[in-house]
Amino acid sequence: MDVALVFTVGVFFAVSIYLMLSKHIIRILLGVSIFSNAVNLTIFSAGRLLGEMPPIIPIDADTPSQTTANPLPQALVLTAIVIAFSIFAFLLVLAFRAYQEIGTDDTDEMRVAEPKGNELPPLGY
Amino acid sequence: MAVETEYTADLSGAMVLEPVPLADWLVVAPVAIPLVVGGILLVARRETRMHGWLAAGGLLATLVCTVLLLMRVLEQGIVVMTMGRWLPPFGISFVADPLGASFAVAGTLVAVVCAFYATSDIGTVGRRYGYYALLILMMAGVNGAFLTGDMFNLYVWFEVFLISSFGLLVMGSERRQLDGATKYAILNLIGTTFFLIATAYLYGIFGTLNMADVARKAGDLRDTAPLMTLTVLYLLAFAMKAAAFPVNFWLPASYHTPRIVTSALFGAVLTKVGIYGLLRTFGMLFPPELEILSVLIAWVAAATMILGIMGALAQTDIRRALGFVVISGIGIMLAGIAIGTPEGFAGTVFYALHSMIVLGALYLLAGVMNSLGGSYSLRDLGGLYAARPLIAAFALFLVLSIAGLPPASGLWPKVMLVQASLESGWSWLGFTILLTGFLTTVALGRVFILAIWRPLPENAEPIKAGMSPALGYGVLTALSLPMLIIGLYPDPVIGLAESAAGGLIDATTYIGTVFPEGAAQ
Repeated sequence: MDVALVFTVGVFFAVSIYLMLSKHIIRILLGVSIFSNAVNLTIFSAGRLLGEMPPIIPIDADTPSQTTANPLPQALVLTAIVIAFSIFAFLLVLAFRAYQEIGTDDTDEMRVAEPKGNELPPLGY
Repeated sequence: MAVETEYTADLSGAMVLEPVPLADWLVVAPVAIPLVVGGILLVARRETRMHGWLAAGGLLATLVCTVLLLMRVLEQGIVVMTMGRWLPPFGISFVADPLGASFAVAGTLVAVVCAFYATSDIGTVGRRYGYYALLILMMAGVNGAFLTGDMFNLYVWFEVFLISSFGLLVMGSERRQLDGATKYAILNLIGTTFFLIATAYLYGIFGTLNMADVARKAGDLRDTAPLMTLTVLYLLAFAMKAAAFPVNFWLPASYHTPRIVTSALFGAVLTKVGIYGLLRTFGMLFPPELEILSVLIAWVAAATMILGIMGALAQTDIRRALGFVVISGIGIMLAGIAIGTPEGFAGTVFYALHSMIVLGALYLLAGVMNSLGGSYSLRDLGGLYAARPLIAAFALFLVLSIAGLPPASGLWPKVMLVQASLESGWSWLGFTILLTGFLTTVALGRVFILAIWRPLPENAEPIKAGMSPALGYGVLTALSLPMLIIGLYPDPVIGLAESAAGGLIDATTYIGTVFPEGAAQ
């Protein structure tokens, strides 16, 4: 199980980094989305895969009767999913608005904020 | 429905049972006050007239709390509060040490001044879209990052101020803003995701996320665990947040696009959070790894300094030039981290505090100049000395301050850094710092000569009445006065920076305060 998860994470990272190296915003965004999922799986596997027992101690015992699942990575992943999801939603709207206004999603041509042929400051007066 | 049970657990091993002393609640006040005021601003979003004063009042209250917190930390040592009364490392600890508390003071000071300046810069539309709510929630995130004692919590605060900064950056929806914000948002999101990857490995290696817990366990794991991989990931993530070369290109693409008061706040505060993260991870958690990486960090620092300030030399737009000045300042702070001695760290802390105030002031000065001359371009501005001599005086003072010349506060941290670099065999790094100071004098001295000293160009618009002089002079005084006082009497801040650096390098006090009896292994 661990090995399968590790390979999945590796493939996710490879795909996402390949997509993020693109010039086009839409591919970069797809890459970012896969990237955050790769990280979520990384956190999940960092907490070790210990089985499916819920981490609940029976009322007549002081310790759990067998090895339980680690609840902390699940809490961390949940937080990370919520954050990544909300920021991704914002990025989608931002990219769409930028496409509407600038008319391109090619980052080489998005030069509105830093125009080409910038004039230099005067040399004297 | 409560079920009757005979069973009662002994909680003393898991929870803090005695109530928290009232004064310790100060630790959460710099985060709690902005969050509450931000909520009020969202509820009252139609009452746009009171937004500015509500936000400024809330930030003033936050400033008072951060100053009280810093005084308490300096008097009684580190203050800790653990959330939910769980014993650390199970509860998330908030830890105020001299480093975090002093950064929170400087950042909140700039935010207060920006909130006052925004009353003239942000119109009703911006307020309706929640400008002040985003501003104050961003400060909640920044203060949370400075005060938290937990790595994952630090990531959460990074995202809190990041999403608020997205909102501030696109406010107005001009074409150039959308262009800048797209680059800023994507690259910063990737940067914080790298931070999250590193944090996942940290958890996988240590089984804990509490910084004090990591610090005390790092020594035993050094031989077996892949700590170098971990620290290089942290270096990449925080360098990206701090805009260090070669991962700095999001900053000059975006920082000149929003309203000038937003630029002032971003330039002053946001990159310093990355520097704070580097100081915390490398200074406190992984000093031996820092020693191995120090040559790399030194080269990154030198490149950031020199290329940053050369970018500033090539710009006509004052805002774009200031964006590059922000980057070169990051290089100077990285130099202190690369040196890695207590003196180097102290210089970095002092320079970061100084840099927050002076960059906020310079951006706001650009805003005042724009309101008078109607442009940010060095080709169009001129004649401000004849029209407003007092503004010229402020500008000269700020140029001297950012270049590291007396009488302002910029001199002392540079003295500390150069001295530290000479003492520890990094003399070329010290020379680079001095060269950067010289080039900064050229770059911003030219802004002073062209925009202020030069007579008004013939084809330029005449000087306008501009914004309310009381507000303009008021904000510049509020930021210049602390710099002048620190410049003339630097001893208290040098002492503060040294104690902050000492607390990083020798973390036993930090660990001992978070884990009083070595409890809960």
